[in-house]
Amino acid sequence: MNDRTTDHQPVHAAPEHDSARSGPSGHLLSQLVAHLREHRTRLQEEWSQRIQQAHLLTAMTPQEMAAETTSVYDNYVEVLETGNVEALQHYARDLSERIIPRGVETHEVVGIVLLLRDVLARSLFEKYQRDFSMLNEVLDAYEPAANRIANTVAVSFVDERERVIRQQQDAIRELSTPVLPVRERLLILPIIGVLDSERAKQLTEQLLSGIRKHRAKVVVIDITGSPDVDEAVANHLVQTVDASRLMGASVIITGLSPKIAQTLVTIGVDLSKMNTIGDLQGGLEEAERLLGYAVTRKEVDSTS
Amino acid sequence: MNGGPALVSIMRQGSTLIASIHTALDDSELVRFEHDLVKQIGEHRSRGVIIDVAALDVIDSFAALTLRRIADMARLRGALTVLVGIQPEVAFAMVRLGMGTGQIPTALDLEEGVQLLAEVAATRNLGSSRSQPQKRT
Repeated sequence: MNDRTTDHQPVHAAPEHDSARSGPSGHLLSQLVAHLREHRTRLQEEWSQRIQQAHLLTAMTPQEMAAETTSVYDNYVEVLETGNVEALQHYARDLSERIIPRGVETHEVVGIVLLLRDVLARSLFEKYQRDFSMLNEVLDAYEPAANRIANTVAVSFVDERERVIRQQQDAIRELSTPVLPVRERLLILPIIGVLDSERAKQLTEQLLSGIRKHRAKVVVIDITGSPDVDEAVANHLVQTVDASRLMGASVIITGLSPKIAQTLVTIGVDLSKMNTIGDLQGGLEEAERLLGYAVTRKEVDSTS
Repeated sequence: MNGGPALVSIMRQGSTLIASIHTALDDSELVRFEHDLVKQIGEHRSRGVIIDVAALDVIDSFAALTLRRIADMARLRGALTVLVGIQPEVAFAMVRLGMGTGQIPTALDLEEGVQLLAEVAATRNLGSSRSQPQKRT
């Protein structure tokens, strides 16, 4: 029984399938594309109007919009004709790269593509209104292709956005914990902004490799610019100090705000091994003392 | 346990022993290393020991314990131990796992370790009237 039904189905389904997709549908699609090419100017005009009515792409000037809509339209029709999604992906990525810096949002991009889909569908209704079965067949061919295009454009746009965000995150991460040599064998780590555990981890890595690279003996970590730390980060900081000691460098922590000091004492972090000094200036002086530097001011009057 | 080539080279430089660990040691190899090193401290009348772990990218708890034991034994036999060359990742892993090096002084690399021992020796010599370390060939 089962065998028969499973045998049965493809026999019936296959011809339907073929007729709907490949044979006549290819023919229908080319007819469709010809129609869209023929009425290109009018349809594009209508589309632009609807975009304006919907208040989309307000960040662009009318000229830019005209240029973009033209190229989007042409690409759209071309993909309908060839079914080549890769070319569209490429184009969509390109487009996203251009418009993302101008502040175009995801909903706008999806919105204009859907508008175009609707405008074109309307024109099909108009053209085939007398022949209902023909209209159905044309829509059968048109809709999956149009949806695929909308999907591709939206995904490409979001991908591109995410790529930009990732790039920026990397840049921020790179910049956020500089390890600066100020004297031979003396490093400074100014920490600006909130220290979360991700940044704390990165700080440790950069500090420890910085100690090795610069052969540092003393490190001053200045957290004047950090408003708050939580218990995990405080413990991480203590561990970083210990690890630095294992590498032969002593750490001075400066700029502990009253709030952070309170937090550290409240949560009971073991501070006995931490060398802390009020401000960065004091920390540098202590570091210079440890390294044997004696900084003296040149007396202008007596020397010249 | 005592067979095979040594995985640690122990070299004498004046009154200092320099032990350079070339590869990760298993427990029995660590025990052998401990034994060899402590024996040589007596043989050479060393005043300082430098253990270079730069080649290790892992130091487990037994290795850390052994290093602490060596330092304690060396102290009992009159030598100060300095641990040098701990890799950044190793340093942080050791701290996270709560196995510090205890009281053993540490230094960045061999050069720093030698300098540290020289400083300690200088203060020692100031404190006592002990003669300069003997130089034998």
